[in-house]
Amino acid sequence: MSSELIIVNGQVYDPANHVDGEVKDICVRDGKIVESVSKSATRIDAHGMVVMPGAIDIHCHIAGPKVNLARKLMPEDHRLDVHPKTAVTRSGTGGIVPSTFATGYRYCTMGYTTAMEAAVPPITARHVLEELDDTPVIDKGFYVLLGNNAFLYKLLKEGRKNEFKEAIAWWVNAVHAYTVKLVNTGSDELWKGRKNANITNVNENIDHYDITPVHVMESFIEAAHELGLPHPPHIHCNNLGHSGNISTTLDTMKAAQGRRVHMAHVQFHSFGGELNKNPVSGAREIIDYINDHENITSDVGQVMFGKATAMTADAPLAWMLRNVKLDKWVNADTECESGCGILPFSYQEAIYTHTLQWAMGLELFLMSKDPWRVLMSTDHPNGGSFMNYPKLIKLLMDSAYRREALSHLNQKAINKTVLSDLDREYTLNEIAIITRAGPARALGLANKGHLGVGADADITIYTEEEDREQMFNAPRYVIKDGITVIKDHEFATDHRGKILHSKPGYNEDIAGEIEPFFEDYYSVKFSNYAVSDDYLHLHEEIPTHPKS
Amino acid sequence: MDPDCNSIFSRPDSIVAILFQGSNIVETMLLVPGRSQSQGTSLNKGKLKDEYLVVTATAELNENDMRRLKLVDGDKIRLASEVGQTVVACKAKKQDDLPEGMIFIPYGPSSSQLMGSDTAASGMPMSKHMEVSVEKVES
Amino acid sequence: MPEPNQPSPKEKNKNIKIVKDATCTFCGCVCDDMELTVDLDEHRITKAKRACVLGRAWFYEHTLEDRPVVLIDGKEATLEEGMDVAAQILVDAKFPITYGLSDCTCEAQRIAVDIMDTINGNIDTTTSVCHGPSGMAFQGVGESTATLGEIRNRADLVIYWGGNPAESHPRHFTRYAVTPKGMYIPNGKKDRTVVLVDVRKTPSTPVADIFVRVKPGKDFEVLWALRALVKGKRISNDIEEQTGVSREMLDDLVYRMKNCQYGILFLGMGLTMTRGRHFNSGAIYSLAADLNEYTHFVAKPVRGHGNVTGADNVVSWQTGYPFGVNFNRGFPRFNPGEFTTSDLLARGETDAAMIIASDPASNFSKKAIEHLAKIPVITMDAKETHTTKLSKVRFAVATYGINTGGTVYRMDDIPISLRPAFDSPFPTDQEILEGIRQRIRKLLTGSKARTAF
Repeated sequence: MSSELIIVNGQVYDPANHVDGEVKDICVRDGKIVESVSKSATRIDAHGMVVMPGAIDIHCHIAGPKVNLARKLMPEDHRLDVHPKTAVTRSGTGGIVPSTFATGYRYCTMGYTTAMEAAVPPITARHVLEELDDTPVIDKGFYVLLGNNAFLYKLLKEGRKNEFKEAIAWWVNAVHAYTVKLVNTGSDELWKGRKNANITNVNENIDHYDITPVHVMESFIEAAHELGLPHPPHIHCNNLGHSGNISTTLDTMKAAQGRRVHMAHVQFHSFGGELNKNPVSGAREIIDYINDHENITSDVGQVMFGKATAMTADAPLAWMLRNVKLDKWVNADTECESGCGILPFSYQEAIYTHTLQWAMGLELFLMSKDPWRVLMSTDHPNGGSFMNYPKLIKLLMDSAYRREALSHLNQKAINKTVLSDLDREYTLNEIAIITRAGPARALGLANKGHLGVGADADITIYTEEEDREQMFNAPRYVIKDGITVIKDHEFATDHRGKILHSKPGYNEDIAGEIEPFFEDYYSVKFSNYAVSDDYLHLHEEIPTHPKS
Repeated sequence: MDPDCNSIFSRPDSIVAILFQGSNIVETMLLVPGRSQSQGTSLNKGKLKDEYLVVTATAELNENDMRRLKLVDGDKIRLASEVGQTVVACKAKKQDDLPEGMIFIPYGPSSSQLMGSDTAASGMPMSKHMEVSVEKVES
Repeated sequence: MPEPNQPSPKEKNKNIKIVKDATCTFCGCVCDDMELTVDLDEHRITKAKRACVLGRAWFYEHTLEDRPVVLIDGKEATLEEGMDVAAQILVDAKFPITYGLSDCTCEAQRIAVDIMDTINGNIDTTTSVCHGPSGMAFQGVGESTATLGEIRNRADLVIYWGGNPAESHPRHFTRYAVTPKGMYIPNGKKDRTVVLVDVRKTPSTPVADIFVRVKPGKDFEVLWALRALVKGKRISNDIEEQTGVSREMLDDLVYRMKNCQYGILFLGMGLTMTRGRHFNSGAIYSLAADLNEYTHFVAKPVRGHGNVTGADNVVSWQTGYPFGVNFNRGFPRFNPGEFTTSDLLARGETDAAMIIASDPASNFSKKAIEHLAKIPVITMDAKETHTTKLSKVRFAVATYGINTGGTVYRMDDIPISLRPAFDSPFPTDQEILEGIRQRIRKLLTGSKARTAF
């Protein structure tokens, strides 16, 4: 039996289809947007309401070992923000790192219907898939950490570019990832092997391998291009949080040589000034480069005042923060694959660097010339919880509100930015781009982020309100796969989203190259490493577009 | 590496109570339940099977303690704490392996009989290092 | 799940199956390199290549026992009747609890948490009487840690504190942490210094280059003295009198810890079950963290049962807390000592218990066991135990990893999929829990409790 739905009288924002606030009917059948429906279709009257595609978080940390360690680490935070069950939904706990159920429901209550976990060591992929299966409502996928992978480094050292590409494809398939993620490339070996050292220059050789981080990143960008992954390498640059890191960020973007690349949480990589001195804003240099290079997509990684959690595969960064704020600290080394650091953090209005970071993020948004390529994120929970998105939208849409907010902050830091001079206000259409259409395009999700015929019926309906924070905080309806999950602000039903993954083609001979390495250096058997399809549950393979 | 530390107690008077009940000496010692290989292998056969029950009802004592208490391998001893008591067999261990005043027993129903229920708000009962009285049981 | 290899020709007549790279779920080592020879006619494993003595006992002793699938009040019943009665007990109870879960798959654990969420019960795992205190210490100070492969590849200083792996985790030394060669440890044990700290000598002692004997209950003092010395602070002159460990020994350890390339402190239940409990674990985590000022240093609890680490993970991701979680108010609350099973039972607060793959009637305090005997108990176990004996509804289940697939987590949080060796006529924990879940939902339909997923 087919289920039909029609949304009438709503103002529709569907930038991918050039619909900018027109009143237009949206028809849904069996989870997809269709041209028309029968008269018996369920009807939602969206008069006075704003209709948008479901929002997509292109970069967040919501599932897997590091997230679970962070959950375990902060009972004090859960206690303050409980998530009671309802007649249709599971209970959980919130705070800066919510339980899986609370994560799915809370994304949904803000109109988000898709979120991508941004950093997964491949050996832990089963864990991630199990958690994602317990993360309700939203669709989700993950990026697999390969940028510090010992076997791939060995291939690059030996100059075996083709095998390198094949091995990347093998790994993406073996763990059901969406794309590849690189974090502080080259640093793991120094962190674990040279008593907590770090790479400071992307052109220096990585210990034991005679290759540089730039060479590694170039190779990944090239391989992903040839494999035609739906989303290019997702890169967390070196030297995060260090004054003057803009030169590293620019070097990294140049390494793409015009090929597609996604720069993660660029705010954290836009620090001007000199190393070991107070940073200044380098947002202008970074956004100019991004504006001028259409091959680059990015998410901002806005910091929001209040609680955050540093949760990163960049172990040296977490160690640096730990020495700033002597609090509980987690480090977790993953054999041959990754590092990880976690610590509770908070961004404070009075602190120079925190205000500077807040302002730099807004500078990047407000100086962006192409909203399709400068996308919304807080790098949840690193810059603050994803629950801050409605407030961030208000900061972007309401310059009076922004000016008022500015006045409470560290003025020394504000004066190091041009934020006071930026009067731009985002339109609803632009918000729909940076939270919906843009992430979908950057991810290569043809059926998401828009409301054209054939798209997934992931739809959010907001009551239009002057206070944009209030508006985006509580959609009147959220429709996922054509099912009305939130109705009149309340959960009407539970829902299971699906796993999004890609399956780049490769020559299976590469497995024979990888296996001996496993026997020598891994603690699990090669045959037990690849994750069976059983862990995918509901899933959708997003097609690749190989170049050769 | 640390030859002076063969006894867990630095002073002999730490053996807090030496009582006489009838003809048998009663001493207070420290019970350390833990895992052992035979406990691990026998529990796979079944926790209600004889092998497991024997393994978890056999305590190891220091050879000097055994001599003083007039015990030989296989003798039965009664262990008692403020919450309960149990009778187990005993077996001698060399001074170098198990210090005087300490008893080792594989975890199981016997050691549980002696364990208090207070967890000091941790969820974990004091499962090792319980003070118990030791007394020979005439067969 | 990949197909196991075909039998070799000469074994063909005997109906023998070989399962390569199977996983042993007896202890937290979760070794995944077993080669099992399975006699399909006899329904038993006849050979477990590479298994340790405990692993061999695990594989050889889990045969198909002649037991009824379900007993209700000691009488044989159908599976459906068992699940009906179990669901009714749980729904009728004012304060139902679930405990155990360390010897079953994550798939089963996930359902168990859901059931307790649905009926506002309490969920706890054997973690609370194992490394629960280490979990509490983790919440306090964090942890610098690593996967076992990293230890194999890099650790040149390996310290075991309060544990006896030779008897509890026999392959810990040989597969992961002491003897194997690794990426930067080309000569295996020769390239490592091994230190063992314990109150007594054990079969593990011979592996150590240095044995440190601590007076019972004085681990915290030794750890705190080491922290002080690492930071160059003064310590009391009578440290040896207090702890049994000489100043020379402490200085030597500090020198080794600060100057190694990659150090690891493994902690056993000798720390968590004794005076100090979570303070001991917190001290060792803090010591490892401090040492990162000088070199790279990590710590790791040597976890016990096959999937106790999975239970920690599942309960954490579903509730935010690792063990001892209470749903009485319709959302998870955590309070060790209040919501941990040993305490709940000893105080006589619960009126029904579902015990999965564990044996509290043998391992808990006398008072707790006495209360357990008074309330309706539902058990799921592959073997008869003291707990199954006192239960009202007892399910005999298939053995995870031998008869079932599913997911388990090694002590270092690495998830591994199981390869079953032979079929069992007994249902799995997962199947029974799913049946109970469905029945509870039906029983609650129309009530205020959550009824749909």
